[in-house]
Amino acid sequence: MTRLSSAFSKPHPALVCFLTAGDGDTAANLDALVAGGADVIELGMPFTDPMADGPAIQAANLRSLGAGTTTADVLGIATAFRQRHPDVPLVLMGYANPMVRRGAEWFAAAAKDAGVDGVICVDIPPEEDDALGPALRDAGIAPIRLATPTTDDKRLPAVVEGSQGFLYYVAVAGITGMQQAAIESIEANVSRIKRATDIPVAVGFGVRTPEQAAEIAQVADGVVVGSALVELVAEHGADAPAKLRELTAALATAIRAAR
Amino acid sequence: MNSPNSFRTMPDERGHFGDYGGRFVAETLMPLILDLEKEYRAAQADPAFKAQFDDLLEHYVGRPSPLYFAERLTEALGGAQVWFKRDELNHTGAHKINNCIGQILLAMRMGKTRIIAETGAGQHGVATATVCARFGLPCVIYMGATDVARQAPNVFRMKLLGAEVVPVTSGAATLKDAMNEGLRDWVANVHDTFYIIGTAAGPHPYPELVRDFQSVIGKEARAQMLSRTGRLPDLLVAAIGGGSNALGLFHPFLDDPDVAMLGVEAAGYGLDGDQHAASLLGGFPGVLHGNKTYLLQDEDGQITEGHSISAGLDYPGIGPEHAWLKDMGRVEYTAVTDDEALDAFQLLCRTEGIIPALEPSHAIAAVAKRAKEMRDDQIILANLCGRGDKDIFTVAEKLGVEM
Ligand SMILES: Cc1ncc(COP(=O)(O)O)c(C=O)c1O
Repeated sequence: MTRLSSAFSKPHPALVCFLTAGDGDTAANLDALVAGGADVIELGMPFTDPMADGPAIQAANLRSLGAGTTTADVLGIATAFRQRHPDVPLVLMGYANPMVRRGAEWFAAAAKDAGVDGVICVDIPPEEDDALGPALRDAGIAPIRLATPTTDDKRLPAVVEGSQGFLYYVAVAGITGMQQAAIESIEANVSRIKRATDIPVAVGFGVRTPEQAAEIAQVADGVVVGSALVELVAEHGADAPAKLRELTAALATAIRAAR
Repeated sequence: MNSPNSFRTMPDERGHFGDYGGRFVAETLMPLILDLEKEYRAAQADPAFKAQFDDLLEHYVGRPSPLYFAERLTEALGGAQVWFKRDELNHTGAHKINNCIGQILLAMRMGKTRIIAETGAGQHGVATATVCARFGLPCVIYMGATDVARQAPNVFRMKLLGAEVVPVTSGAATLKDAMNEGLRDWVANVHDTFYIIGTAAGPHPYPELVRDFQSVIGKEARAQMLSRTGRLPDLLVAAIGGGSNALGLFHPFLDDPDVAMLGVEAAGYGLDGDQHAASLLGGFPGVLHGNKTYLLQDEDGQITEGHSISAGLDYPGIGPEHAWLKDMGRVEYTAVTDDEALDAFQLLCRTEGIIPALEPSHAIAAVAKRAKEMRDDQIILANLCGRGDKDIFTVAEKLGVEM
């Protein structure tokens, strides 16, 4: 069993927590997520042009880059996390250009060395899989694809094909940090996706509160929370770990009670 | 690299120009991009679409634009004959409108009811606002806050035309950030919104369709040149921001082996520093805004901010077809500094009585260098893709003149 498949085989849906690497004391912040009960960590690779992100995560990207974060730093954060937490799955999320800059093979090997389990690349759809997918799969890293409300039944097989680890269902047609979609629409789409694949389906975009997380946990295999955590880092700086742990614990409790 | 039989068959069915191009977009946009491609293929096969496009270009835009022999400039330079394709005489003052007409017709075919666009200098924003007014569609223009400040007349023009202009403050607040914001709007409004991209870049099929709509420039110029001189030009020259006016001129000539082509990037303060906007000459291949192409970026793939005196050339990427044409060696690329462009701007004003935009002033500067190295029986054809009314404030400031 891989770290990712173990995380999705627990008796409760997985809580997937996102933070931008290099924004604040990332090691301390990630430890707080784990202590609070995060089942999967998504580590954002900062990029100058985060086209799919709303204001909160855009600002986190700029803070991180403004602090001088490099690709080597992001990989260093991952390596250190893996040493501290041998069993917690770690996924890198970001945009194509920083991932392919030195070549897809270079990136896949470096991510593997850093103990990374999966990669989510926002702007590489199945049509452009060649740019990164084969290198990741060869290195034993799960390429995690995104499905969205606009992914119709005709496209779904292409999205699912070659996807590993879990499928990330983006609940709203839009950017991160927007309002949550109606639970009916989420439920219908998740069951549609689950008819097309056996891999777990996690739902994200717009999930901020334990109540929302609990609702989604009833219909999905995982719940992704990003902007709400990133905002705590922005707001509390050095005091963020305690706040992150508190919100993560509340989300984890709600998810565990949901089913 | 083997030379293909034709340079005019790109992109392939996946939207790739060799290694470049493609569809690097978020999944939310993929179905829409596939739809757009389907609709574009249908429009290409529909004589009514072409008839409406041609009719609007003739009676609304004012095409064909003249082909003009610049006699006094030729004399002043002493060398090859210099001819201009006068796309600055189009309605709204630049080539941008050719593309906007084509795209708004596509938008309406697709039943879209809201238009968005990005703009740098404001020329594409004005052209988009113009066609939206003409067809009665609401229009939102994203423009970097820095550009809003330095292109005030165009901002007011867009507002007069009924567009909502949204200043973008994220990033460096210039053209690339405006494009990011356009893409963010689009993913949130895919059901009713059409994104009119202003240059031959972005995800497939944009580079192809923008090139096709702009190719009216080269098709006209080729026929005009043949009928006026009985021959083809020896050298084509055009300025490059994202590359749409250059491709519009070059593409119909790509399979004429005796016609050389020169694309002119903005060297800003010079190519040796990082204050330039020359993606091909000073950048590396990467992925941004939906396509793989040459980009200004650092060793980690972070996009760097270029600089040019011309807001329309100040973009860290370039259309993917140019990236391919460069690697194939079919088109030569060079760069011209702010100061050289400013000199060329004044030269054209005084020798020909034409105030050019700062973008084609870069092309004119390159023409000035090349003409002197060529014989007087040779012909250079340059694209005069925009007029300079929008730039007089920038130029006055540079020349130290109070207005
Ligand atoms: C007059 C003019 N020329 C050229 C450009 C650059 O664009 P492109 O390279 O797509 O022609 C612009 C862009 O705003 C422009 O306004």
